[in-house]
Amino acid sequence: METPDQIKSRLETAVPGAKIEVLTNDCPAGERSLLVDPAHVLAVAKFLHDDPQLRLDYCSNVTGVDWPETEITEQIKVKQVVDGVEKEVEEVKKTVRPGFHEVVYHLYSMELKHGPVVLRQRTVNRDAEAPAVSLTPVWRGCEFQEREVFDLFGIWLEGHPDLRRILMWDGFKGFPMRKDYVTPDDFEYEPTPHDKVLAEARKHYPPEVKA
Amino acid sequence: MNAVTAMSPKNYEILPKTSKAGEPIGELLEISMGPQHPSTHGVFRMDVVLDGEKVVKLKPVFGYLHRNHEKIAENISYLGSMPYTDRLDYFCSMTNNWAYALAVEKLAGLAVPERAEYIRVIMAELTRLQNHTCLVGFFVQDMGALGTPLMYAFREREKILDLFESVSGARMMCNYMRFGGVRCDVTPGWLEQAKQLVDDYGKFLDEYETLLTKNEILLARTQGVGVLSRELAVNASITGPMLRASGVNYDLRKVDRYGIYSRFDFKVPLGEHGDTYDRYMIRILEMRESLKILQQALRDIPSGPVMDPKAKLRGFRPKAGEAYGRIEAPKGELGFYLISDGTANPYRYRVRPPSFINLTILEDMCLGHRIADTVVILGSVDIVLGEVDR
Repeated sequence: METPDQIKSRLETAVPGAKIEVLTNDCPAGERSLLVDPAHVLAVAKFLHDDPQLRLDYCSNVTGVDWPETEITEQIKVKQVVDGVEKEVEEVKKTVRPGFHEVVYHLYSMELKHGPVVLRQRTVNRDAEAPAVSLTPVWRGCEFQEREVFDLFGIWLEGHPDLRRILMWDGFKGFPMRKDYVTPDDFEYEPTPHDKVLAEARKHYPPEVKA
Repeated sequence: MNAVTAMSPKNYEILPKTSKAGEPIGELLEISMGPQHPSTHGVFRMDVVLDGEKVVKLKPVFGYLHRNHEKIAENISYLGSMPYTDRLDYFCSMTNNWAYALAVEKLAGLAVPERAEYIRVIMAELTRLQNHTCLVGFFVQDMGALGTPLMYAFREREKILDLFESVSGARMMCNYMRFGGVRCDVTPGWLEQAKQLVDDYGKFLDEYETLLTKNEILLARTQGVGVLSRELAVNASITGPMLRASGVNYDLRKVDRYGIYSRFDFKVPLGEHGDTYDRYMIRILEMRESLKILQQALRDIPSGPVMDPKAKLRGFRPKAGEAYGRIEAPKGELGFYLISDGTANPYRYRVRPPSFINLTILEDMCLGHRIADTVVILGSVDIVLGEVDR
């Protein structure tokens, strides 16, 4: 099968204007993935599905990944003039990488029996309104998995025919697979609460039994 | 529309108030089958809209067993998830273990010793045997063959579970495989016991088939029911026996040749019509192929260590990166997708559950059939709710 770089160069001629990047993967047997911008991902997916050399007719796995805002600290050497003499001084540089969501697709070909090609798309930020694009119109197998991505990560997938919660119940608030999700303080009656449970349970007692 | 409006429950309405032409519909009936229905194999619900007895709409509803397995795994070590994978598809804990071990081995670049590879194949094929045997039992039970075939299946399954118990200490939650091998070697005499079981299993299958395969009721209830076309099966990511019943030759044991499957001589049975009967028959034929693999594996198994000496169980920290490992589990392609950030816990841990994705086309298969047929069709999909809901 073609390498991600070859696919990338062919894609750039087939889908004009698409921003495609090949991401590295340091794991020994890992596949490098193609990062495509959400505006062109549907056209890219159609090309990958129909192209006679690739024929990626089978979308095996769809999943979301949450990357919250992180501070990256690097040590860099800066040339400074100290007392008239030029010196190399080490400085700690802090950069903030803005948070985003990622949707990952693992594509295989059942006809030609090769794969995988890993396709990714990233949202601009972690708001629920920042959309990614659904690939269910190309691969029907994405339908439930993309619903799960929406349900657990809160990534809105534009163009999905039936995007609603799938594993959590309809009235549920929040998206549990996000890294910053806090489990609610669910109090269940325990006959003999102790330690941490007792402290949490006390918050739910009516005022007269608080002592 | 944004995410907030989509979360409101009134977004979802199954019963159409008017027909396409705009006239009000008075004759349709909405039935909620499940979650406490004996034929739904656990807590699974189907919202069915009926016109007389004919299904005009069907939406699967699940999540009753959801415990966010993936989030739990992100908060414990790599090894800590191994016993948890047993609980996904609790019929096939051995293959769940293998899929997870395979993904981690890919992530960390571990090798598996020869003997452990053979043991894994033996365990996986025994799992396939007992899963398919029970599935056929449940399937005919749903059709109304109360008791007898299922009890025959459970009698045979128990013999396999006895083998699992003697090697791993547990009947169903085996927790047997490790990254870079298996937890312990098989007990003395175990291989002979397994050989005995494999030799006798063919006779049981013959007996089972005499009861079922040409049974008039089974033929009438399954042939031409729930037909799944080849194109739809591929497009909807259907895997496992369901896909092969539709005539697509795609078995990961042949395609990926993971483990040592390239050494064994076996065939991949394929269906012609893609109906419920084909799905039943594929499973019977797959069991016979599994027996062939088992005979070869039990004949050729070498002696030696069962763990990679370089594999670290404690303080296991794979380098940053990501890997996707998949195997042919009895229900379809079971995959694990892992992202490591260099710490002791996975940054992202994803299970690709075959029976969850195989439910995508449940509605397409049931439309136009009678309500009694949906039970048969669902039975042929082979779902386990521990895996669907996770």
